[in-house]
Order: sequence, then C-alpha cells, then structure tokens
Amino acid sequence: MIPASHIMIFSMILFTVGMLGVLTRRNAIIVLMGIELMLNSANINFIAFSRQLGDMAGQIFGIFTIVVAAGEVAVGLAIIIALFRNKDTINIDEIDIMKG
Amino acid sequence: MAGLLWLIPVLPALGFVVNGLLGTRLSKKAVSVVACGVVLASFVLSALAVGQLAGMDQGARYMENRLAAWIPAVDAGGSSPGLTLDWLFVLDPLSAVMILIVTGVGLLIHIYSIGYMWEETGYWRYFAYLNLFMAMMLTLVLGGSFAVMFVGWEGVGLCSYLLIGYFYWKTDCADAGRKAFITNRIGDLAFVVGTLALFAAFGTLEFRPILASVAVGQGSTFLLTAVALCLFGGACGKSAQIPLYVWLPDAMAGPTPVSALIHAATMVTAGVYMVCRLSPLFLAAPAALAVVAIVGAATALFAATIGLAQNDIKKVLAYSTVSQLGYMFLAAGVGAFSAAIFHLTTHAFFKALLFLGSGAVIHALHHEQDMLKMGGLKGRLPVTYKVFLCGWLAICGIVPFAGFFSKDEILWRAFVWSPAIWAVAAVTAVLTAFYMTRLMGLTFWSPSRMDHHAEEHLHEVGPSMKWPLVALAVLSVVGGFLSVPSALGGDLMPFTMERWLEPVFEPATYAALLHGEVGGAEAAAAEAPQAPHAEHGAALEYGLMALALVLAALTMRFGYGFYKDGLDRAAAVRRRFSAAYDLLKNKYWVDEIYDAAVIQSFYRLCRAALTFDVRVVDGAVHLVRNLTVGSSYLSVFWDTWVVDGMVNLTGRSIRRASGLLRRLQTGLTQSYASAMVFGLFVLICVYMYVS
Repeated sequence: MIPASHIMIFSMILFTVGMLGVLTRRNAIIVLMGIELMLNSANINFIAFSRQLGDMAGQIFGIFTIVVAAGEVAVGLAIIIALFRNKDTINIDEIDIMKG
Repeated sequence: MAGLLWLIPVLPALGFVVNGLLGTRLSKKAVSVVACGVVLASFVLSALAVGQLAGMDQGARYMENRLAAWIPAVDAGGSSPGLTLDWLFVLDPLSAVMILIVTGVGLLIHIYSIGYMWEETGYWRYFAYLNLFMAMMLTLVLGGSFAVMFVGWEGVGLCSYLLIGYFYWKTDCADAGRKAFITNRIGDLAFVVGTLALFAAFGTLEFRPILASVAVGQGSTFLLTAVALCLFGGACGKSAQIPLYVWLPDAMAGPTPVSALIHAATMVTAGVYMVCRLSPLFLAAPAALAVVAIVGAATALFAATIGLAQNDIKKVLAYSTVSQLGYMFLAAGVGAFSAAIFHLTTHAFFKALLFLGSGAVIHALHHEQDMLKMGGLKGRLPVTYKVFLCGWLAICGIVPFAGFFSKDEILWRAFVWSPAIWAVAAVTAVLTAFYMTRLMGLTFWSPSRMDHHAEEHLHEVGPSMKWPLVALAVLSVVGGFLSVPSALGGDLMPFTMERWLEPVFEPATYAALLHGEVGGAEAAAAEAPQAPHAEHGAALEYGLMALALVLAALTMRFGYGFYKDGLDRAAAVRRRFSAAYDLLKNKYWVDEIYDAAVIQSFYRLCRAALTFDVRVVDGAVHLVRNLTVGSSYLSVFWDTWVVDGMVNLTGRSIRRASGLLRRLQTGLTQSYASAMVFGLFVLICVYMYVS
C-alpha cells in the first residue's frame, strides 16, 4: 500500500505546478487549468486521508469539490469568452480594469 | 374785560392763521379785510380794556388774565423751587400805552400797506407775517412774566426776519434778514442769562413778585447789577443800541411799511419798554442804570452823525431811529422812565409818519430810494409833502409838535442828572434837526434831479395810503399834548402820561404788594428805593427848553438855506471835509470792523474746528479703520497659511500616502494571487517556527 506521505508529496508537487501555472502564465485558459490542478491536488489529499482513516466523508468531499470545480470552470470559461468578445484578448496582463 | 385780555394778541394770530393757510385762495380784497379787520378788532378791544383800566383808582390800575398753565412743573420736594409758568397777560398803565400804540399805529400801517403792497407778489404772505407780528408784539407787551414776554420777544424777532427778507430772492434782503436775526440772537442770549439768573434768585419769572422782592431790598446789588446789564444787553439787540445796532440800518431792505411798523414804531422799542417795565430792578442797580444812560447817549450821538451823510432816504430814517432809541434809553437811564415811554409814543407817531411818507415818495418814484435822484417833489406830491412837514417839525422838536414835549422832557432830566449827558443829547438834537432838514431839502425843496421816466410817472398816493398818513400827521401834531410837562401847565391838563404812568415806575407800588399783608404802604415806601424825582427848577427848565428850541430852529433855517437851491454848497463842504465825510458816509466802517474783528475770527474758529474735525476726529476714525484693515490682513494671513495650511497638509499627505498605496492595486489578478501565496507562505513559516 502506498503510504500517505507519498501521496501527499505528489499532491504537493501537483499543487505547486498548478500554483505556478496560475501565477506565471498569461493565458487565462491556462490559469483556469492551473486552478483545476490545485483543486485536484486538494482532492487527492482528501481521498488519501479517507482511505487511510477508513472514513468515507473525505471521498464524498472530493466528489463535492469536483462538482464545484465543474461549476467554477463553466463560470470561468464564460467570463473568458465575455472578455474575449469585449477586449479581443485573453491575456490577463492586459486586463487590469480593477486597478485603483 | 380782564378775562378777555388774551383775545387782544390772539385775534391777530387768528388773522395770521387765516391768511397764512388760505391766503393763496383768497382775493387780495379778502386778505386785506381779514388782516385789517383783526387788527381793528384788537384795537377796539384794547381801547375798551384801557377805558376800563382808566376807570380804576390810580394806584390800583392793574388787570391780569391768567389763562392756563403753560409749564406746570411743581416742586418735587427738592431744594430748588419748582418752575411753574402760566400764560399770564397783564394790563397796567404801561402796557396800556403800549397796546394802544401797537394796535393803533399798527392798524394805520396795515391800511397803508394795502395800497403800498397791492402790486407786490405774495400779498397774502405779507399780511400774514404782519398779523403774526402784531400778535407777537402784543404778547410781548401784555406778557406778565419773563417767559410770556420772551415768547413775544422772539416772535417779533422772527417776524422782523421774515419781513426784512420779504423779497427773499434778492440776496441783500435775505442777508439783511439774517443779519438782523443773528445780531438779535446775541442780545437774546444776554436776555436769557439775565432771566435765568433772576429765576435762580427769586424762584419765579413773573414780573410782579420779582419787582416786589427787589423793591423791598432783596437781592444783592451785585446780582441785580449783573442781571440788569444782561437784560440791557437783550435790549441793545432788540432796540439797536451800540454795539448791536448794525442790523437796523440793513433792515431797511424790507418793505417800507414794515420799516415803519417794526423798525421804527413798535418792535425796536421793545427794549425800552422792557427796561421801563423793570424800572424797580434798574433803580436798585444804579451802575447798570448809568450804563443804560451812557450807552443811550453814545448811540444817540453816534447814529445821528452817521445820518448826516447817508443818501438813501430810508437809511437816514433808520439811523435817525437808532438815534432816537438812544434818546429813549438815555431817558430811562437817568431815571425818567415816563419820559422814555412818552418819547417812545411820540416817536412812534412821527417816525411811522416819516417812514410811511418816505414810502409814499419811494412808491411815487418807482422804488427809487436815493435822495440824490429826487428833489423838487414839494409841488408834485403835495399831500406827502405836507405830512412830511409835520413829521419833520415833530422830530426836530418845534413847539407845539409832538417831539418838542417829549424831547425837552428828556433833555431837562438829562441835565439834572449830568450836564455832560445833556450836552451830548443837545448836540444830537441839533444834528437830528440838520439831517432831517437835509432829507427834506434833498427830497422836496431842491431842484429836481429825477430822470424823465420817473418824472413822467410820478403819482400822488392813493386813498388807502393817504388817510393813514393824515392820521399819523395829526397824531404827530397833537401827540405832544398827551404829556405836557408841569412847567408848561401840565398839572392843569386833565391827562398827562406822566401821571398815568407814575404808579408803574414807583418802586413803592411793588413794595406795597409784599407789605400789604403786614405793614401797609407807608412802611414800604419808607424803605423802597425812590424813583428819582427831579426838583423843579422852573427857570432852568424854561431856559433849557428855549435853548433847545432856538438851536433846532436855527439849524433848520440854516439847513433850509443850505439845500434849497441844490447840492452845490453841500458838495463844496464835502470836498473840504472829505475825510470826515468819508468816515460818516461809510458809517465809521463799523460793519467792516465787525467783519474783521468778529466775523472773520468766527470764521477762523470755524475753520479751526473744521481742521480739528478733519485731522483729529477723522484721523481717529481713519486710524481705527486702518487698524481694522491691518488686523484683517493678519488674520487673512493666519487663515490662509495656518488654518488652511493644516487642512491642506492633511489632505495632501493623505493623497500622497494613498498614491503610494494605490500602486498595490494593480488590477492584475496574478499579482494579487502572488501576494496571497506569499502571505500564506509567511503564515505557514510563522506557524512552523512557532510550533
């Protein structure tokens, strides 16, 4: 059986990859993808601890997360499409209308 | 009758109200009827009242009419006496003489004015003023207290001002009116001071109580002398004595009937009347009485000399009036009060006559007053000439005309008092005879010097002017018999003014008022100062009388010869004594001296006050203003730099700080996310370090 620590290291690597993707990429879609990675690394942690502790709540939480993530992606993509229609770009460096 | 005394002054006042308010709407005829009617009514009332007075016992001739309280202030319990003034009218032999002169001569002059003023503008205004004058003059002579008298005193001054300035659009008339008014004010100030001093001393303003107190010897001589001098100062102003006589000659700018009524017959005699009314007071102050005599004598001589060289017919008469008023004061000053009032009476007749006569001449010549442009009027204006002749003989003192009796009475009493004063009076009489003869000569006897236009339009007076002249001429002829001196058989006459007036001028009469309660008149008479009764040196009196008569007659004869053929001889004399002539012609330069000494220094005072006002008062105001403005600048500076500065500093520093902070809000999602991650990292580091 794979120890939980390995899985956590994996999930950490996955989280880090996703986070770097969110922080460094300029393409909004790739940023969304990074967010998916981060969410799923969290899911992996839920499931790993669920199996280790024999408690199904973690897995159920994971499924919830997937559901919420699906919604999040749908909304995110819709925003990106709206952005693209208005600004002809999805480069998030050029989108700074929240600037003070 | 006593209860109706108030009607005598009120009736003319009613005429003033009617003519003054409705004058513009009434016809000239109606105005004349109203104006003369009220004066006639007043005259009739006066005559009735005097008739009743004459029916009383000689010592008890006194009526009083206390109308209403005027100032009913009572003593509030303090130490000073309360001032209570009543409208008090009093009729005694003295005011009886005065009201008969005022209403009688006044009536004649009213009638004369109808003809004289018919063509003038503001006919109604003239008669309204004239009626007001009558009311005020009657208030003056009937007033039973200083306060009521003062109302009339000021009222006649006002009317004099209004009537002198009747032709107000002519600058010299308006100036003359102002001069009269202001000069009178100076005298009136003295009068008021004297009155108030009397009030302070005796606690009342009514004549009888004051005179009674004085007659029994109350009041220090110093106080009484000071008061008498102050009151005489007022008389000097009103009656044109040195040094306040300067207004009267200028007052001739008014219409001629006004000169006759106000500036010859009545108003200017108010001062004489006042001195005589207060005779016990003046007798108790012999020094003041001497001043009255000396000022009177000086004025008589001084004005008579000026009269010698005047060419304006009215100016000659004006100086003559000043001179004759001096005579009256001289008489009062030597203690001959009844002689003063007698001369006042005869003077009212003949001087009114002379003025009205000169008015007739002026009217005939279309307002020519310069005697050098007259001459030869004897045949052309026969009526005027004849009445003028009566006036001339009367003023020169030819027996039996009015002036003879009154003037000789004064001369004799003056001689008894002091031969020097008599000499002055006698010289004045000679000068009077000369300048009046000169006036007659230049106007009537000498060859005509009129221009053709005037000569063609020459016209004799109409009936309304003629009959008053005739009436006054008759009075000037017979007026002297009102008081024949005892030396000439006056004691045999049924009436003499001296006897009539005697009780008024006898201090014992007043003393008896106080002693009546305790002792009786004899005790009073013993301690009261005696009115001077000149001893009858009959031979002396006859001698003086004859001397004066001869002197006057010679002067008149000489003057007649001097002027009847023209001005050549006069011109020769004038060239020879040109310096003296210039001095007289220019009235001793008194007006100029007054101008330089008084008026200019007054102006200088005014200018100094102006400078003070501009420099000091305005300066102080400007200083305050500048201080305010300066402090405002300071507070603006404080406001701008300190108060606003702090506010701006707050704002600016917040803006500066927010500018710095604003940089954080880039609007870039990734930078926020980076910050979040970094923060999380830090938190985790802290967590791990702590645990």
